[in-house]
Amino acid sequence: MRAPKVLIPVALGTNRDGDLADAFEAAGAEAIRMPLEALRHGESKLADFQILAIPGGFSYGDALGAGRLFGLDLVGWFGDQLREAHESEMPILGVCNGFQAIVSAGLLPGEADNPGVLTGNARGTFECRWVTLRPEPGNDSIWLSELTEPIRCPVAHAEGRFVAANLGAVEQRNGVAFRYLDGVSGELANGTYPANPNGSAGDVAGITDSTGRILGLMPHPENHIWSRQDILRGRRTGGQALPMFNAAVAAVRS
Amino acid sequence: MTLEWALAIGPGHRRTNADDPVILTAATFGIPLDAITEYRVAHVRGDLDGAQVGTIATRLLVDPVNGWFKPAAELTHDNELVIETGLRPGVTDREGAELIRASAQIDHPIDAATIGRRWIIEASPALTPDQIEALAYRVLHNEVIERWSIGANSLAAGFVEDQPVTPLTEILAVVGASDDELQTIANGRRLGLNLIEMQQVRSHFTEVGRNPTDAEIETIAQTWSEHCAHKTFRAAIDVTNEAGEIVLHVNGLLDQYLRAATNTIDAPWVHSAFVDNAGLVRFDDDFDIALKAETHNHPSALEPFGGANTGVGGVVRDIIGVSAKPIAVIDILCFGPPDLDPAALPDGVLHPRRVRDGVIAGVGDYGNKIGVPNVGGAIVYDSSYTTTPLVFAGCVGILPVGSHPTEPRPGDSIVVLGGAVGRDGVGGATFSSQTMQAETANVAGSSVQIGDPIVEKGLIDVVMAARDAGLYTAITDCGAGGLSSSIGEMASELGADVDLDSVPRKYQGLAGWEIWLSEAQERMVLAAADPTPILELAARWGVDSSVVGTFTGDGRLVVRHGGESIVDLDCTFLHDGCPLHHLVANLQTVAPMQRSADSVDARAATLALLAHPTIASKEATIRTYDHEVMGGTMVRPFGGPHGDGAANGAATIPPGTSGDRAMVIGIGVNALMGDHDAYAMAWHVVDEAVRNAVIAGADPDELSLLDNFAFGNPNNPDTLGQLVAACQGCHDAALSFNAPFVSGKDSLYNVFVHPDGSADPVAPTLVLTAVGIAKQPENIPLTGVVAAGNYVFLVGPERGALGGSHLDLVLGKARGGAVPQPDPSAIERHRELAAAIGEGLVASAHDPSEGGLSVAACEWAFAGRLGLELRLATDEATLFGEGPGRYLVEVTPQNADRFVELVPSAKRVGDVSAGDAVRIGFGPDDIEDSGGIILTLDEIETAWKTQP
Repeated sequence: MRAPKVLIPVALGTNRDGDLADAFEAAGAEAIRMPLEALRHGESKLADFQILAIPGGFSYGDALGAGRLFGLDLVGWFGDQLREAHESEMPILGVCNGFQAIVSAGLLPGEADNPGVLTGNARGTFECRWVTLRPEPGNDSIWLSELTEPIRCPVAHAEGRFVAANLGAVEQRNGVAFRYLDGVSGELANGTYPANPNGSAGDVAGITDSTGRILGLMPHPENHIWSRQDILRGRRTGGQALPMFNAAVAAVRS
Repeated sequence: MTLEWALAIGPGHRRTNADDPVILTAATFGIPLDAITEYRVAHVRGDLDGAQVGTIATRLLVDPVNGWFKPAAELTHDNELVIETGLRPGVTDREGAELIRASAQIDHPIDAATIGRRWIIEASPALTPDQIEALAYRVLHNEVIERWSIGANSLAAGFVEDQPVTPLTEILAVVGASDDELQTIANGRRLGLNLIEMQQVRSHFTEVGRNPTDAEIETIAQTWSEHCAHKTFRAAIDVTNEAGEIVLHVNGLLDQYLRAATNTIDAPWVHSAFVDNAGLVRFDDDFDIALKAETHNHPSALEPFGGANTGVGGVVRDIIGVSAKPIAVIDILCFGPPDLDPAALPDGVLHPRRVRDGVIAGVGDYGNKIGVPNVGGAIVYDSSYTTTPLVFAGCVGILPVGSHPTEPRPGDSIVVLGGAVGRDGVGGATFSSQTMQAETANVAGSSVQIGDPIVEKGLIDVVMAARDAGLYTAITDCGAGGLSSSIGEMASELGADVDLDSVPRKYQGLAGWEIWLSEAQERMVLAAADPTPILELAARWGVDSSVVGTFTGDGRLVVRHGGESIVDLDCTFLHDGCPLHHLVANLQTVAPMQRSADSVDARAATLALLAHPTIASKEATIRTYDHEVMGGTMVRPFGGPHGDGAANGAATIPPGTSGDRAMVIGIGVNALMGDHDAYAMAWHVVDEAVRNAVIAGADPDELSLLDNFAFGNPNNPDTLGQLVAACQGCHDAALSFNAPFVSGKDSLYNVFVHPDGSADPVAPTLVLTAVGIAKQPENIPLTGVVAAGNYVFLVGPERGALGGSHLDLVLGKARGGAVPQPDPSAIERHRELAAAIGEGLVASAHDPSEGGLSVAACEWAFAGRLGLELRLATDEATLFGEGPGRYLVEVTPQNADRFVELVPSAKRVGDVSAGDAVRIGFGPDDIEDSGGIILTLDEIETAWKTQP
């Protein structure tokens, strides 16, 4: 059986495209990095792929707001293709700058009357550190279906504090996918730095849309696929995020 | 109808915390602020009505959840002080450019856009006019790249306009000129050429029978600059002793010491050394590592953000310039004391805090945006760095063996990838090769620029794809000197014919020589028989490209502008015509003072050392660098169970490789020893780099070294004497360690000249970077101690040296004694420990460096959140001495016998304990009585996490 194909679109300034490709390849998919220009000129269509994964980085240098212009491209150039893909139940992932882009494009939280934004970290600076994420048990997204334990992975962002016009509505429909935990105590970070690196209300690290097929998150699960990458290498076992990618690849295979 | 609009974008960002960087910097200048609120002000010009401008603002500028906008004139501020800042026209302005692009995308095209800042200041008591000006001038803006004014709506938009056309080409009367006139020409244009060099130019053009153009003389000045030609490192040097007798003749420091060491070692893993943009060494059977480290000192002193930013950009381009994919950056930064009294600052010098914050932001911005992990570095504070801060940036890349073409052919097209040129960044190579003065900031301001890292990320994608498809025959980066250096160098044998009319520019009105020399960043130059596939690739990845000429094969460098030939130079003269410098060095003999025997409070001294800014945790800085992107990082700057313990070296698995090997980096630097004994200092930093690499898993028998010198004025015989001694030390240490130099960079003239003529030279500073390979990455020791009950071994001598030590630094008094002496037996200990690491016997390790064993034990225990019981002597040479080939090593009891077999020089000195303290002395009962130390992890944390 042919490996499912993952489209990883690259805007000027995208930089974790290779990382995301490595993670999907490790999960058995064929990952294709493609510049937006090539997509725009019809080199491929979204319908040629089974998964769409928007990578991290600094698209357009974060000019005018992190992910904003990437989001504008998605809506302006590929709006129809995105609608079709979503209707055909394609899993869509946005990581870090990709999360910022799909929130800006309105794909997340996904309700027309509830816009969201990823805004400046509470401490006002770029922050790179390993964090611990709890997959939320009430969220039945396919992306979370093989995650049974908290995962460790790095964050690397300056604008990761999730704000929605109505966060309660997202909570209500079990739309929160990941929350930041205190990795030492195992308790929720409860807004405290550094376990919650950006000050997001409710320790929200990632959310899904109402179908569960669109997942966006600030941390980088694609950077913890192998145990050798783990900051706790040799001290603790487990914690990898590979099952998240396996789950999506398995879902589109079946 | 074309109109200009100014929109204020809210809500503003209001800062009130005393430790906010803006408020803190203002306080440093004696400007107490209660609060400062920053608004963006978007300036837009186009054929737009109010509704259309509103659409642009809503869709592109305003936060969709909480944001708003209003005409800037309607944003009023009662009784409040307002300062406005904005970029100078022509400075890299990514936000403005993207606003123009995105407005067109939403069908509201505009002609011009730029985004400035409005600052609302709250202060009581009210600021004086002097304070207001200082706040605007020194805190909120940088003269080199920005404008400022006081009052709301007081600052004009500052759109990029075409410049008045400069007279096309100037002819310089060199033929027949007197020596005085030659010097007037050199000084007037800040060419950085001395009289002998100008005389050589005069005789060449006398022979040719015409005068040079401005473009020709500028090309010569760039090519012959210290920055490009390394005149001091190639100079003939008479070395004298203190009696003034010539004791040695050096035929070029580079050839006689650095290259000589590499040639003697003749290492099979070195594939290319000293000949290209970067060195190439073997990684495994399929891949090579490319490595390079650069300095960017002068620009960083003037515009810290832009200087450091383009410093990282430049060294990353060096790696792209050998067809390698950049996989790691490092940065070694040297600053003046952050708490320096501003009243002590000479005119024209930025405060160390301002320099530091700007440099760190610049390093982080570039590395983060280009997506290359920053895996290691150092920050060193010393008062000599106040007027001449140092910025070293290094980069490592990976490429398939044999994939880097280096032979342009006659008829090949010259392809330039990357952005348009402007007047910013003209003359960087000559500027960086001269001493700095108070007025340097004004006259050399145009030599400094802001980088655009996302363009360089595009260059990586395009060049890697072009390399894999075999589309070019040679490549180099466009750095100092712009096209004049890059094309000039590639054409040094073939010659080239270049048409500047094909070079994209930011605005009209540039003189030919300005286009030719502009250092617009983020450009690469390629030679290709058929340029079309490269141009297509560039378009696919959104990178600008142009064909600007051909390599001819006639040995002449010809440059045309507006149909006229403005350069027509013989390449042999250009590249080989620079007269050798002849210099005199005065070699000081080193006679250390007897050390005075004052007693030291060991506990207080350890805490003071932990809190010294050079030793204290750099977490606040390192968190702002992405050290994880690419997913290869194994040993990162911080580790341990809480992720906040300092690592020694760095290790990363290069993307695309098998995963069976890791690339390892160790760094050594010291600011204190060079003035005592530059020869010994060189050995010391080589050893430190090797130690750090070994702890991160490297095989010490397959290391390659990068040297970076930052010294003062080489025309001063004492300074040059120190440089000669340092090079001798590098040579001898490299041979002893069997580790060849493969690339390097010298930065000289790091001297600040005061208006009264007195000079502040930089401390003789040598940064050594060791790059190697971990062949069993799974066995790389962890950061921080791992488990209570494990044994602690000391490898190497118990006692270290105290001359030039950090102990004396924190005690505020040099108390004599020798600096650490060269130790040819150290390599044996490095090999033994590496063998034990290779067998998986080492749980964790840490090296005593700045501050010695006591500091190392505290850092190591804190990183692992466990205690240490160490039975060591408590004299100051044991606790605080520094020296080569020493390690603290943690081994499980089961592995201890085998460990000692492999590391015979290891001595068991204690255990890891389940306690919460580091205890050093003679046994658990009499530690304090014996003059030992007990420090709890909390005390260590408080001291070590002090924020300078």
